[in-house]
Amino acid sequence: MIDLSLNCEFVQQILTGFIVNEVRKAGFSRIVVGLSGGVDSALSAYLGAKALGAENVWALLMPYRTSSPESREHAELVVKQLRIQSDVIEITPMVDAYFERFPESDQVRRGNKMARERMTILFDHSARLKALVLGTSNKTELLLGYGTLYGDMASAINPLGDLYKTQVRQLARHMAIPEVIVEKAPSGDLWAGQTDEAELGFTYEEVDRILYLMVDRRYDIPDLIAAGFDERFVRAVLAKVQASQYKRRPPLIAKISARTIDRDFRYPRDWGK
Amino acid sequence: MNRHTIAIAQINPVLGDLKRNLALHEKTAEEAIGRGAGLLVFPELSLTGYFLKDIVSSVALPITSPILGRLRDLSRRIDLVVGLVEESPDSLLYNAALYLSKGEIQHVHRKVYLPTYGIFDEQRYLAEGGRIRTFRAGVGRSAILICEDMWHPSTACVASLDGMEILISPSASPGRGGLEEGQSFANARAWETINRAYAQLFTCYVLYANRVGYEDGACFWGGSEVIAPSGELVAKAEYLNEQILVTEIDPGEVRRARTINPLLRDERLDVTLRELERIKREGVR
Repeated sequence: MIDLSLNCEFVQQILTGFIVNEVRKAGFSRIVVGLSGGVDSALSAYLGAKALGAENVWALLMPYRTSSPESREHAELVVKQLRIQSDVIEITPMVDAYFERFPESDQVRRGNKMARERMTILFDHSARLKALVLGTSNKTELLLGYGTLYGDMASAINPLGDLYKTQVRQLARHMAIPEVIVEKAPSGDLWAGQTDEAELGFTYEEVDRILYLMVDRRYDIPDLIAAGFDERFVRAVLAKVQASQYKRRPPLIAKISARTIDRDFRYPRDWGK
Repeated sequence: MNRHTIAIAQINPVLGDLKRNLALHEKTAEEAIGRGAGLLVFPELSLTGYFLKDIVSSVALPITSPILGRLRDLSRRIDLVVGLVEESPDSLLYNAALYLSKGEIQHVHRKVYLPTYGIFDEQRYLAEGGRIRTFRAGVGRSAILICEDMWHPSTACVASLDGMEILISPSASPGRGGLEEGQSFANARAWETINRAYAQLFTCYVLYANRVGYEDGACFWGGSEVIAPSGELVAKAEYLNEQILVTEIDPGEVRRARTINPLLRDERLDVTLRELERIKREGVR
């Protein structure tokens, strides 16, 4: 049986505990989070506020000129509901200035640049506010590689990375995130009318079921086919997971010395904390 | 027979900081003493934290260490089960638990089964223990089995045949999976099944001490518990929160359970040995 329903109260308790613990261990008490207007960043902000108190959460809204006004409204709704501090930083000038030199750039390059522009702003604010950057990538996106490396995939700690998209929605509803945010079609908001599911070619509901069996339950391809999934779809999903593996690992270091970082020099991040 | 007040320290040790963890042990022991406990059980690797990786060699302690001297002194006032990385005279590092009482180390158990799969990596860093022995503790004849040891029923079976009345199980169990299905992690539910099954099958008390807190994102789920030889729950700590669980155990319960269910009496050691010898001779699996 494929059941992705969550015991939301327990998960919420674990994730808020995670945020409190890992923020304090790193020597901080505040977090900064980029709000896109989507459900993932909204949920991270809600968990952060629940964990640390609204006064310790800073939200940044970083629209580009093509971003939809609705995204901005939804991000502002989150700010208002949580009563967290926020700032709006338009990324249009810096992104446009860069692409003046590369007018031929396609949507992927432009989207990546926007994601990385937002990342540098978040990390700059993390220094300014003495706050950690709270991540917003979910397990589905991370496994499919549907995110920008060192862009939206960059953070200090990420409470959502082990929750599938469908589970993010459940927890978001449990935490009373406004339904307009939870129910709308997920979108990177790179151009008008863009949706993740149209771009990926399948729905999150469908792919989460395969990923859950493949990753969590260790089903092989024949097992998945036997479970009734279309072989081409299964292979396409696996291909995406494999192709994006490099995005989920730290950079490869050429092994030379007797003790190489992360290979045979292995310490926990929480060392002494 | 006299009832015993015992305590389980569901604590959150600091990863790789012996000094702070020693202070936490001393503070916890003071509270347990104040609440009348004669025995205090700490979780696995309570002095060091669990996911140590390369820290392991810098927190290892020889049995003669002054840090353990402080705990020995403390054990004049309350019996202690403490988890540590024990460094042997030949510089091998063990995931070990000590039973300290009356100022002495009465028993050392070195973890026999070192999990090296999933999120676990113990064989990379630690040496395997090779003994399962019971010892005389204040609460009765006891055995210590550390965490993964409990997932191999042969260990509890050996301890049972060696006279075990009290099974002390210090653990550092990170929660994994199952939140789709229930009110706790899947492995927490499995642990609770094992604890009850062993208590009932070996007609012994199970004192299960699991830790709480987070290490590198992994969440230790707590839920420490004491199970009677009948399989009944005696006391249970909360999930996820620090707690000192204080309860009473009655050695008379072991006797009563063995009268009702004479499972130990009916053990066929000769059959077991003969079949084990055969399996060894013919090749395991």
